[in-house]
Amino acid sequence: MEKLKKISGNISEMTEKLNRALRRNAAGQTVGGPSKPHNLKFNKNSKKNLRETLVSWGFLLPSLMGVMTFFVLPFCVVVFYALVNNPIQKEFVGLFNFERVFTNNAFRQAAYNTFKFSIIAVPLAVVLSLFLAVVMESGIPFKSQFRSFFLSPMMVPIASIVLIWQVLFHFNGIVNVVGMYFGGPKIDWLKSDKAQIVIVVLFLWKNLGYNMILFMAALSSVPKDLIEVARLESATDGQIFWNIKMRYLSSTILFVTIMSLINSFKVFREIYLMTGDYPYKTLYMMQHFMNNTFASVDYQKLSASAILMALVIVVLMLIMFITENRYGKDIEG
Amino acid sequence: MAGIKLPTGEAAFYEKAIRKARRKRKIYKYGIIVGTVICAIFAVLFLLPTILTITNSFMSSSEINANYGAVFKTTDTGGKVFISKTVNLKFIPDIVTFNQYYTVLFKSPEYLVKFWNSVIYVGPILVVQLIVAMLASYGFARYKGRVREIIFFLYIIMMLMPYQVTLVPNYLVSSWLGILDTRWAIWLPGFFSPFAVFLLTKFIRRIPAEVMEAASIDGASEWQIFSHICVPLCKSGLISIAILVFIDYWNMVEQPLILLSNDELHPLSVFLSKINAGEISLAFAVAVIYLVPPLLIFLYGEEYLIEGISYQGGLKG
Repeated sequence: MEKLKKISGNISEMTEKLNRALRRNAAGQTVGGPSKPHNLKFNKNSKKNLRETLVSWGFLLPSLMGVMTFFVLPFCVVVFYALVNNPIQKEFVGLFNFERVFTNNAFRQAAYNTFKFSIIAVPLAVVLSLFLAVVMESGIPFKSQFRSFFLSPMMVPIASIVLIWQVLFHFNGIVNVVGMYFGGPKIDWLKSDKAQIVIVVLFLWKNLGYNMILFMAALSSVPKDLIEVARLESATDGQIFWNIKMRYLSSTILFVTIMSLINSFKVFREIYLMTGDYPYKTLYMMQHFMNNTFASVDYQKLSASAILMALVIVVLMLIMFITENRYGKDIEG
Repeated sequence: MAGIKLPTGEAAFYEKAIRKARRKRKIYKYGIIVGTVICAIFAVLFLLPTILTITNSFMSSSEINANYGAVFKTTDTGGKVFISKTVNLKFIPDIVTFNQYYTVLFKSPEYLVKFWNSVIYVGPILVVQLIVAMLASYGFARYKGRVREIIFFLYIIMMLMPYQVTLVPNYLVSSWLGILDTRWAIWLPGFFSPFAVFLLTKFIRRIPAEVMEAASIDGASEWQIFSHICVPLCKSGLISIAILVFIDYWNMVEQPLILLSNDELHPLSVFLSKINAGEISLAFAVAVIYLVPPLLIFLYGEEYLIEGISYQGGLKG
């Protein structure tokens, strides 16, 4: 209970911070100057207050009901399933299911591949898109055209793109033809240890534009006068970038990292469409494992692996939040 | 000015500074050229696959087979490799033909059925999710309270969960409600996805509280404030979020695979992967047809999309 209180305290602290940041952002654009927090106090009489409360919950109700039915409650059931031996006998078995999942080779392969992919692809996506954003914001011509080009892969349906990707990276595909022309080896890209490279390239191709837009927005919101002052104090471009811009970018970097992480789990779509249920072993992702476990109707295993994955994600997010909090602290408020 | 005489050391200092500034400007100029070149290279790489898909859809089926036969035949015969044959990369078709489009649109109904499936899934999800989310985010943004904040935090966490985690709960609910293998299995979870709530709440919080308070003092009911002030002010946000939601569901693969064992209900995004060697030329045409709705939306709403994405990053998730 104490922990819970602590958590809720943290949450309100965080949201307060969010609001402050928001107001700071909004201040430049809203007509009425910086907006006040929406602390509406209608304490004329308690009857009105009650109505107010009811109305406010009325707005939340449809969404809340849906989310409860389709996400929260079933997740509780999943937790329950992960701890019992089967849905009919409901005998409590502790962590047995988790042990079973851990010792499962397919799970280990899938978890390892997914983890490896995210570890490689996410930082690459963040760094490359930041680089592109800095280049784009440095005053090059045709900025809006380039922006559209970079964003376009986001709109291209996976189903359309998978075709071309196969043509490019097939054993007899274009990349090999070009590579061999320059004396490179002929590689069966999708059926070898190089397969992950293909997927990383695809991931970057799809996500760089989106991330770049986020960074561009953040870069243009860095206060100009601050940079002017730094220039006058004869700071170098590098110093300005690392000591001023990066500070302001830190919350965006956090956001981009989280979004890239989420999107990195979606790469299953492309892999599945290109290679089917059982791809080459380095491409066997968590979602493959889930899909194939569904075929054998093993809810315990499924539940346990879903929970493990949720835990890993929550821990990763916490680490990122804490790191960012420490780094970007002094520009807050 | 003539009367003032600069000490020699100082004159040298200014000269040096001017020279330094000039050199800097020169470097800056080169920097811009290099930057443009880098961007141009990336842009070409980014556009290439899309352009290839579009131009190839106008090739005749024999031309497609001649060019890419090697790829799709070998994938079909289970890994047998025709080493002598390789792929031809061709941008411009020898003869422009609309035969594939004709075949797809008028001769083979299954593509159209799948396309229609995609539309049927995305349309209602888009409309209902936005309505539900708009209501909820108004509730979150306008009223404060500890309970509500905890719930909002819960929404954020759920938004961040990958589909691999929500999939099992999704499946369980669908099987309890008996909606597995029906369109409702895709629709219902889509209606209540927390993604739009999070973003819209951020949009509404940008509206100054004074505006709503003023309306409230003038006697507007909560519903009037919502529908006459909040929704119109959030129009650009709604459009940008609609685009993001559209992209997500137009491309869905995981949900239909798990929740719909009946192939006939699958959207085109899943179906396109099952095209076999004889139909590659059709595949390109289908791919282009599938690309048209998002492309139109993109051309129409790019500004909104960029605005929407930019808002997202301003805050911590």
